[in-house]
Amino acid sequence: MNAYQEFSVIGSRPVRPDGLDKVTGRARYGADLNMQGQIYGHIVRSPHAHAIIQSIDCSQALAMEGVLAVMTGKDLPVPGDSVLGSGEGAIALKDLSPMVMSQGKVLFHAQAVAAVAATSPELAAQAAALIAVSYEVLPAVTDMHEALSAEAPILHADRFPHGFPEEPTNLAAHISLVVGEPDAAFERADVVIEQTYSVPMCHQGYIEPHACVARVDAAGQVDLWCSTQGHFTVAQYTAALTGIDVGKVKVTASEIGGGFGGKTTVYLEPVAVVLAQKAGRPVKMVMDRGDVFRVTGPAPGAQTRVKLGAMRDGQLVAADVECVMDSGAYNGNPAGIPAFMATACYKFTNARSTGRAVYTNKPKIHAYRAPSVPQVTLGFELAMTELAAELDMDPLAFRLKNAVEEGDVNMMGAPYNRIGLRECLEVASAHAHYNAPVAEGEGRGVAAGYWINAGLQSSATLNVLSDGHLAILTGSPDIGGSRASMALMAAEVLGIPFEHIHPQIAATDAVGHCDVTGGSRTTLATGQAVIQAAEQCVAEMCRRAAAEWEVEAGVVTWSQGAAHYGEQSLTFEALARRAGTMGGPLTFSSSLTASSAAPSFGVHICDAKVDKETGRTTITRYTAIQDAGKAIHPAYVEGQMQGGAAQGIGWALNEEYLYDENGVLENPGFLDYRIPVASDLPFIDTVIVEVPNPLHPFGVKGVGEVPIVPPMPAVAEAVYRSAGVRLRDMPLNPPKIVAALTGQ
Amino acid sequence: MNKPLNKMAVQATINGEPTAFLCSPGQVLAEVLRDELELIGTKIGCNTGDCGACSVLVNDRLVCACLVLAAEVEGQAVQTIEGVAEGGVLHPVQQKLLEHAGLQCGICTPGVVVAAKALIAHNPNPTEEQARFWLAGNLCRCTGYDKIIRAVLDAARQMREEAGA
Repeated sequence: MNAYQEFSVIGSRPVRPDGLDKVTGRARYGADLNMQGQIYGHIVRSPHAHAIIQSIDCSQALAMEGVLAVMTGKDLPVPGDSVLGSGEGAIALKDLSPMVMSQGKVLFHAQAVAAVAATSPELAAQAAALIAVSYEVLPAVTDMHEALSAEAPILHADRFPHGFPEEPTNLAAHISLVVGEPDAAFERADVVIEQTYSVPMCHQGYIEPHACVARVDAAGQVDLWCSTQGHFTVAQYTAALTGIDVGKVKVTASEIGGGFGGKTTVYLEPVAVVLAQKAGRPVKMVMDRGDVFRVTGPAPGAQTRVKLGAMRDGQLVAADVECVMDSGAYNGNPAGIPAFMATACYKFTNARSTGRAVYTNKPKIHAYRAPSVPQVTLGFELAMTELAAELDMDPLAFRLKNAVEEGDVNMMGAPYNRIGLRECLEVASAHAHYNAPVAEGEGRGVAAGYWINAGLQSSATLNVLSDGHLAILTGSPDIGGSRASMALMAAEVLGIPFEHIHPQIAATDAVGHCDVTGGSRTTLATGQAVIQAAEQCVAEMCRRAAAEWEVEAGVVTWSQGAAHYGEQSLTFEALARRAGTMGGPLTFSSSLTASSAAPSFGVHICDAKVDKETGRTTITRYTAIQDAGKAIHPAYVEGQMQGGAAQGIGWALNEEYLYDENGVLENPGFLDYRIPVASDLPFIDTVIVEVPNPLHPFGVKGVGEVPIVPPMPAVAEAVYRSAGVRLRDMPLNPPKIVAALTGQ
Repeated sequence: MNKPLNKMAVQATINGEPTAFLCSPGQVLAEVLRDELELIGTKIGCNTGDCGACSVLVNDRLVCACLVLAAEVEGQAVQTIEGVAEGGVLHPVQQKLLEHAGLQCGICTPGVVVAAKALIAHNPNPTEEQARFWLAGNLCRCTGYDKIIRAVLDAARQMREEAGA
């Protein structure tokens, strides 16, 4: 039962508080701040994908006029075996530090090996070219299947994943889970299918490159401004990577120009801090777009083998999923998620699920919207659709027959609370899009998707201003409209106008700890902190009104933005104006580790038309249906659904990292790494389903990530139905489709 | 050897104001707008003319400011995002983007506003397809373009109505 059942402003669509600054160009992003006296950092990157650094000579660069500092990996502490908790999951320092700067060995092309700071960006670039690095070049392996072969060069001779102690391999992790007796269950299945599917490595594709500016004062206090999904995490990582106490690192989050998981870590920040410390001047760093593609982000490529067994009536009886994921040069932990979550949409009493991660000479992978789930879901959902066809069943009816619901247990072992997959499937089945005839020459695909969603730590502080307005401070960078949802939630509890509420993202020294904006958690968890602080405000205002009226606090009620007792009332504004004489300033803070997270499910319907001559696919109609729990600001929920769908469509049709034989990325720019543009897409229709999350006061579930999960299998099926050839390897680009159609 | 202090003097009209600035011969307009003139609304997403975040008008022609040398705008009229809202009144494209929630992270928004304003000036009654092709040079990774296109078409409709009234 949710604490709040009826809403007055939740579910409305006001203009976001930060909107005006963004449509007029005033909003300040990572590269938009300049500090007085700043100089400019430039990174020296490895021309080799696998090499031992023999020596680095910075003397010529340092001798240049205008060069104020240089650094190499030797300026960073040796990572050792320590592990950092980052909210979204632990990361070993030895997997993080080399992504900032190598210490001795280079494991991917363009890895940072040194850096220089100079009085202009041009000088810094020229000085970087004078830093002489000599390498012993080693053979590189970029294909994860080759990396597992006996002949492959070993990236980490000192690492042995759990359960594989015999000899070093490129296997980073191996996780296998079993429930029931899948092998026996397959024996009694009427129909069994088994196929292998693959998804390429891709990039989050945020438009804003990484950028920061850092100042270190004479007392060693660090003042860091950067574009990030979590400035508390930036402070923690930067401190650990540089050896500076975290208490001396203040981080201010700029506006963030997209992240999608890719800005939950650091690349430039520790370098800027070290250079600023050495130079005694603030250091600004902005990453080049090519380097954004070369050294940040990528989401793992994956190959998934799916075996499914069902009875003739459509009852699923067994699943066996094996997903191999490309971790890049260090351990980005991509193996566990597919193992745990591959089967999450359906009831299985007999299933086996295996995830493996492999080291290759490519940048370490990082989180991208529902990390690792789109990859394994391409295989699982497309196999579901292929099996439905074998059973001659409607693909949605087949899913509905097997859909998980409250009380069911997935591979993670905990029973689901009140979830909305069934409702989404029912809405999809009844939707006009699904019931419209498929146009001549087109094809239609459907798919479902799951994402676990996170809770984690959040804090909020509410300051009642003297005129009855309210400032909200949180530490959660606003990546998709969360300030609007914070203001709506406070307005709902307090009963004051949305326009009187001024939400801000405060620096690490100005508000309680917040974990990263990730895991679709901000509206849920930081929102819950806002709700709790607003409830404290209501209680205190009622107490003050009671004292004024000389009655017991318990008899005073709060509604419509005012305290009431009998005929008497005191408004929020009146209590704000008189705060000084009624007990002092009204300030309320709340922090929590949210235990209210609940999973999200979505179902997408895609119509596509393949031009059989050119192989080009046009998405002609697209509908995304999703359980949001409770939509706080529906327009931004729809925006998440549309944006996630577009990213998934891009991944299905076009997006792909292409490496040459030396491990050099061949398409590090938006021209050759083509994300969907406006003319590639139709309007993306949305249906928000609301099955309230019983654990959250407003019923909120996370919404940001699950929309990228269903598109790949939905698009792939639509392409199959239009083109008449079944392709199981993404992306479904024109050359691949033409080759399949012509039998080449 | 490089001469970093070798600067050219350029005079141009920027957002209606006569403006003089110094730039090095190889410097692009986007960099000068941001670093010399503090017009930070022009964003640099790629520096290769692929993303459109630095869209500006030079003599009413829509260009990527990262592909124009700063010295080229000598004597020309440049309009940036900062010049779109006249006298503090939002342009209909700006207003409709707010109303339709046509922005999420907002990094592409200045370029979208400048490009969409140019579209409507060029074609007051664009179809959805024409709007999509005109804005195909403005990458947005957050929205899937749905609400951007709706906002632009709605702004064009409102401007036609106001012009007809």
